[in-house]
Amino acid sequence: METVTGYVTGINGNLANVKFDSAVRKNEVGYILVDGKRLKGEVIRVNNGVASMQIYEMSNGIKVGDPVEFTGELMSVELGPGLLSQVFDGLQNPLPQLAEQCGFFLERGVYLDPIPDREWEFTPCVKVGDSVEAGSIIGSVPEFRFTNQIMVPFTLKGSDWKVKSINDAGSYHVRSTICVIENGRGEEKELSMVITQPIKQANKCYAERLRPSEPLVTQMRSIDTFLPVAKGGTFCVPGPFGAGKTVLQHSEAKYGEADIVIVAACGERAGEVVEILKEFPELEDPKTGRSMMERTIIICNTSSMPVAAREASCYTAVTLAEYYRQMGLDVLLLADSTSRWAQAMREMSGRLEEIPGDEAFPAYLESTIAAFYERAGKVRLKDGRISSITIGGSVSPAGGNFEEPVTQATLKVVGAFHGLSRERSDARKYPAIHPIDSWSKYDGVVDMDRVNDARAILRKSVEVNQMMKVVGEEGTSSEDYITYQKGELLDAVYLQQNSFDAIDAACPPKRQRIEFDVMYDVLFTDFEFDEKKEIRAFFNQLRQEFLDWHGTRMDTPEFDAQKQKIIDFYNAKAVN
Amino acid sequence: MQKVYTKIESIVGNVVTVKAEGVRNGDLALVGDSYATVIKLDKDLVSLQVFAGAQGVGTNDEVRFLGKPMMVSFSENLLGRIFDGAGVPRDNGPALTENMIPIGGPSFNPSKRILPKNMIRTGIPMIDVFNTLVESQKLPIFSISGEPYNQLLARIALQAEVDVIVLGGMGLKYDDYLAFRETLEKGGAMSHTVMFIHTASDPTVECTLVPDMALAVAEQFALVGKKVLVLLTDMTNFADALKETAITMEQVPSNRGYPGDLYSALASRYEKAVDIEGAGSITILGVTTMPGDDVTHPVPDNTGYITEGQYYLKNGHIEPFGSLSRLKQNVNGDTRDDHRALMDGMIKLYAQYKDSLEKKSMGFLMTEWDDKLLKFGKLFESKLMDLRVNIPLEDALDLGWEILADCFEPNETGLKSSLIAERWPDKEALK
Repeated sequence: METVTGYVTGINGNLANVKFDSAVRKNEVGYILVDGKRLKGEVIRVNNGVASMQIYEMSNGIKVGDPVEFTGELMSVELGPGLLSQVFDGLQNPLPQLAEQCGFFLERGVYLDPIPDREWEFTPCVKVGDSVEAGSIIGSVPEFRFTNQIMVPFTLKGSDWKVKSINDAGSYHVRSTICVIENGRGEEKELSMVITQPIKQANKCYAERLRPSEPLVTQMRSIDTFLPVAKGGTFCVPGPFGAGKTVLQHSEAKYGEADIVIVAACGERAGEVVEILKEFPELEDPKTGRSMMERTIIICNTSSMPVAAREASCYTAVTLAEYYRQMGLDVLLLADSTSRWAQAMREMSGRLEEIPGDEAFPAYLESTIAAFYERAGKVRLKDGRISSITIGGSVSPAGGNFEEPVTQATLKVVGAFHGLSRERSDARKYPAIHPIDSWSKYDGVVDMDRVNDARAILRKSVEVNQMMKVVGEEGTSSEDYITYQKGELLDAVYLQQNSFDAIDAACPPKRQRIEFDVMYDVLFTDFEFDEKKEIRAFFNQLRQEFLDWHGTRMDTPEFDAQKQKIIDFYNAKAVN
Repeated sequence: MQKVYTKIESIVGNVVTVKAEGVRNGDLALVGDSYATVIKLDKDLVSLQVFAGAQGVGTNDEVRFLGKPMMVSFSENLLGRIFDGAGVPRDNGPALTENMIPIGGPSFNPSKRILPKNMIRTGIPMIDVFNTLVESQKLPIFSISGEPYNQLLARIALQAEVDVIVLGGMGLKYDDYLAFRETLEKGGAMSHTVMFIHTASDPTVECTLVPDMALAVAEQFALVGKKVLVLLTDMTNFADALKETAITMEQVPSNRGYPGDLYSALASRYEKAVDIEGAGSITILGVTTMPGDDVTHPVPDNTGYITEGQYYLKNGHIEPFGSLSRLKQNVNGDTRDDHRALMDGMIKLYAQYKDSLEKKSMGFLMTEWDDKLLKFGKLFESKLMDLRVNIPLEDALDLGWEILADCFEPNETGLKSSLIAERWPDKEALK
């Protein structure tokens, strides 16, 4: 096929207008040739024979007349063994390798191979003559503790493909041909371990989508019990700056019970990515005892990197997630922050001179956000295995006001809302998720009816607290005051967790059930006291006992003893 | 080869459009005798932003394209010099033309960053003890206009242990500029300072260049192993200058008239703060004035999402609440064993003092405990919070213990017993 070429006719920020000679496709990739460098761009509009390209690099130095080469390929990523534990930018450029080649600064126009150049031990699982289709497994290679399955490209069209030849088990280079398939019309395709997948096309090579029913355990009590996230579900974390969005996401990346975790640092601080990079290799995955980094991929397009690539980075991340879901794994994708991604869309929309919507965001903001979150999901693959992608996106609303377009568009499509409050983070309450305003449509690790009972107490407690601010402690009845103290206790020792404590930082579901049973019993026991001072002293002591309990390791005598101590302590004051 | 064009098609705001060929995006040009950069190309129409403003530009003025982007000279000769936003000397010294480097260069590779781990001592207890400034941190001072933020900045500049200071002034009052110069000269810091100053009366476009000039120079110093402190005052003026140019370019505004890329524009500057392995570092301390003391205003709001904490300057001191240095955990574990505990303990007591103060003002009865807290609060404000206090961290910690011992019994402080046994000034009280 002849390469389509063109030349630049105009440039405005990172938007270039290109006159082309034959045919281009929307969303195809092109390169602008500047000073011997090839700057990557994507066609985002064609108008009157002029293609508008968003350039993924700084646009300085481009001039009218600079040649452009179109590739005919849509914006894509490469999928294959060796992606795990790597750090990429939004265009899947491996950053450490880029640093080796270019030094301290990100040089534009340098695109490196994301797939490590090496050999893998391949084991085939199909024979000559077997029928295959998009997403079929043809063999596997071991990668860390995973079996990386080698699949037929997800974009393959038609269902009459058969294996013509397949290599025997052995060590092969990742890019060498290991399999040839042909279809009824005699067309042949050579397959290697690497497949190319357009990032803006959802991969639908599964039998059916299932309802997310099983909780994705994050080992955080306030989430797993009160505001659960389901495997294959979606959740969002909006919050003002300094409320702890990123800390919360890092904790979820650390303790979330998924097979693969993909962190998309999209338009946020570079320093935060460095923290993951330095911390994760040292951490141990409790499930496997191996380094945490082995199950992690980081997509890092920080705030100072080019805006257009930031727009691509969320898609890159979800495309990688879909690759691992296709292998039958549970994937957790954390995007921090989707507001920056939406802002990148806004910048492009402004340059395209589209009619602006609310706060100058484009009119298609909502449908784009919905389409992104809809790529999450629990699926049954064609061979019967169940796998999932769970997407958690943080949102950075301007001024901490949740009424803005990105938060609202996100709330429409997610299954759980973990709203962070400045008040709680200022009071050093961690996690700062607001227990009353937030919601979840999924089932958690504890029976939801009892959780709702507990939440009712919490709500009542907040009301009493409001009232007390007006009438004072003296004007509050003992009964109300006890409800208030019960709510405070629930907040202090169940919803909050000490992230610095080795034991309390992660609370497994079994422990949550035990602790919730005791807590539930306290909440629904009637107590009798003589005066308010006594009530306060009682709940202070009870709080201390619970905190001490958090410090004991589960399945030890100390754990059981402390539990009994708590039960005895409050039963002494209970009214039978 | 310099081609001269004399047909200016349009002049709108500070942007002139001329028909020209072979011009590169971002290149520098001379319109008359004022510098300008290419900001947009559309076929043969070239839009130029004129630094000195388009006032008085005629349609027949000469436009000369220089074939290179905006650059700034970098060498040791910069030290002690003062320039304007376009890089022209303001101090009657010679113009520098050696070793020209482009401004607004590429972003630092995140995988080459290292975790910040060195404290920068300033001698200000509210910073050193409570919200430690860390090398390579980016931190704004959120302030209402009228607060002494420039004095604070100048003091930090004088007292911080750094090799090079780069001051970027945007929309500075002329008096403030003179005050900065005088303070630094008197303090003997001028010899390792470079200033890029845009005063309120200078052309707006130059204001938008100041951070890039300052940071490009800082980056070069850092690469040769210097610890650089960049002071940017006031970033709200910078954002307003961006707003002005965006509106004249007929860009769709997003929030209160600011352009949609305000976040990216601020982030690409602040993110230049870096600690380079095996070389120097850049620490950025900015000033963001909050119009109407409103932290949800787009400029402080976007800044807060970018920077690693903030100092709130209010009523002449750095507020203990709301101020935050996100990186302090990286360093305050290795200063002195009582640093973290004392910091937390004193802030908690100060919070209780505020409650007591409120109770008192509402006319409630004061208990003995309230009186102790009131005494503590007063001492805390006068001995530690006052911005005039200038003592090293260790002395400030000792002073903290003395204030506690002056007001409370050891067991009232909420501090660990082992720490009290070691540090309580009056050992008699412990028996």
